[in-house]
Amino acid sequence: MLNRRDFLQVSMAASALVGASGFGNWARLAAQQALTQDQLLEFDTFGNVSLIHVTDIHAQLKPIYFREPSINLGVGENKGAVPHVTGADFRKLYGVEDGSPYHYALSSGDFSALGKAYGKVGGLDRVATVINSIRAARPDALLLDGGDTWHGSYTCYHTEGQDMVNVMNALKPDAMTFHWEFTLGSDRVREVVAELPFAALGANIFDAEWDEPAEDFEPYKFFERGGVKIAVIGQAFPYMPIANPGWMFPEYSFGIRTERMQEVVDEVRGMGAELVVLLSHNGFDVDKKMASLVTGIDVVLSGHTHDALPEPVLVGDTIIIASGSNGKFVSRVDLDVRDGRMMGFRHKLIPIFSDVIEPDKEVAALIDEQRAPYVDAMSEVIGETDSLLYRRGNFNGTWDDLICDALLSEREADIAMSPGVRWGPSLLPGDKITREDIWNATSMTYGKAYRSEMTGEFIHTIMEDVADNIFNPDPYYQQGGDMVRMGGLGYRIDITKPQGERISELTLLKTGEKLDPAKSYTVAGWASVNEDTEGPQIWDVVEDHIRTQGTVTVNPNTSVEVVGA
Amino acid sequence: MKLTRRDALALGLGATAASLLPFRASAAADDAIAAFTGGMEAGEGGITLTAPEIAENGNTVPISVDAPGAVAIAVYAAGNPTPGVATFNFGPLAGSQSASTRIRLAGTQDVVAVAKMADGSFVKTSSTVKVTIGGCGG
Repeated sequence: MLNRRDFLQVSMAASALVGASGFGNWARLAAQQALTQDQLLEFDTFGNVSLIHVTDIHAQLKPIYFREPSINLGVGENKGAVPHVTGADFRKLYGVEDGSPYHYALSSGDFSALGKAYGKVGGLDRVATVINSIRAARPDALLLDGGDTWHGSYTCYHTEGQDMVNVMNALKPDAMTFHWEFTLGSDRVREVVAELPFAALGANIFDAEWDEPAEDFEPYKFFERGGVKIAVIGQAFPYMPIANPGWMFPEYSFGIRTERMQEVVDEVRGMGAELVVLLSHNGFDVDKKMASLVTGIDVVLSGHTHDALPEPVLVGDTIIIASGSNGKFVSRVDLDVRDGRMMGFRHKLIPIFSDVIEPDKEVAALIDEQRAPYVDAMSEVIGETDSLLYRRGNFNGTWDDLICDALLSEREADIAMSPGVRWGPSLLPGDKITREDIWNATSMTYGKAYRSEMTGEFIHTIMEDVADNIFNPDPYYQQGGDMVRMGGLGYRIDITKPQGERISELTLLKTGEKLDPAKSYTVAGWASVNEDTEGPQIWDVVEDHIRTQGTVTVNPNTSVEVVGA
Repeated sequence: MKLTRRDALALGLGATAASLLPFRASAAADDAIAAFTGGMEAGEGGITLTAPEIAENGNTVPISVDAPGAVAIAVYAAGNPTPGVATFNFGPLAGSQSASTRIRLAGTQDVVAVAKMADGSFVKTSSTVKVTIGGCGG
């Protein structure tokens, strides 16, 4: 008699052997160098329950390019563990052939060349086709949205998220949790949530005044699917008021709240849940730690850190699924639930190759309807890029290098700071840069570009503080973004050191001098979480800069020296 | 990033860089705990301290303590200039030996809870609460 854990492992190994898991298929498909919609969607329906997971779409309605990071360092117990494995190491770990479609979809390296060969990814009309295909095989599949949906584009900003709400409603999700949605302001969030035709979940969304669960969001929702009683628990981004402007949603408190999660899991188990699914915006390493501390969760659908993993990660009896970002992937998880227990699973991370998957006509029309009032303004060409523009990476990305250049020149500053967010699609060398492209990399409700005087000591303190939010060895103290991007400033970072000792050798690039702790420098930045920030909107700053340049070239950034990786 | 000029200036005047580094322990906290325990060594287990990992607002951090069978629970903010926060005493008719309050933390530091049990022994636990200035969401 197999115990449950053995069965899971046997089940996973067996599916890889017979090519039933996504991963097994990928190696074979890669060899064929051919892709069809049928191959991408191929899946032997398994068990009695299907989950469909999308997350961190960041308002990307249309196909885009999206380069995965080449630097994504893990610390502490997560050093060298997925998702902190990138590029060629990632391909070796999962047996993905160089130059294959899966190399392009899942890892960095040769991105510009492969992007030209394999084309764009994502598009919610293509995502709709995938969802419809899964529902054709399993009509009562649950569609779960991990949040960061109503943020990140020109149309999303101008409609206050309504474009995304309208399109997502057409996909008929069953539940959702939240992060950037709250940057629309709590009044707007409540207004939308009141009309949502599906569950708005967040067990860790509390009333800030009373420190009790907030009434506007349910902690969980029960579903009966395939004869199985399923509880889906929501977990919103824990550090919302710290990483984003708390003044926009002052009524709410968040936090990881492990004890609360255990209470909620116990509550739904007590109510007869046979399958417990956590729809989470914790970030991957936080989810791993939470799964190790909370007992009774079968599946974690993990969001926030934008990782795309071709196989689930097992923590005890819990499987953790990571489904990427920006509409680039859909995860399908089929589960065999019997006698009140999850007995096995089959999983596939489906990459949305936009040129391979047929758009769903109704959703395509709905998307164009949302965009129609803004198409003229969005499609204006501002300039062109000679370089690959991308964002992901722990210390810099070429999009952020360009934004920092814009801040330095347009705002006449010594030093520029750009937030280490992970959203924002890529552009290939030779691409035109439209206004929409600039907004895809900068759009937010607190985008004003400040200009301020800071001492060298204070700049150092900020950098140490942000570095600890990424490289604290305990995932519960990490916020899930990347290092603040510095323009005009070089530095050395030892990621193994404690806070206060990681950052050294701060150098003002324009003079080559060491930063003087006592001296004041002019710093330009954007995305301040403080109320009453003054300055032009960042997208206007970047647009002016690109217009002046005509064609932009971003030279390789060699100003950050990383130690301890 | 989260700095406006005004706040940057305010922080520059009001706080030093060093104050943003963690306070793990202090002689004042050790002395205060020793005064509560009468110098007795505190054991582990039987006491739960619930605190956020990262404070949303360092000026008002919600915490709760729970120690079944305790006659008193004392809470210390090890890095505050005055570490003693509160001592909760429980009479024989108390329904539970738990309490919650909000505390102010001067910076990242350990919050320590010590319970005096009915038999006169002590148990202790602690939790690091980070007070952060930076942070940029994914």
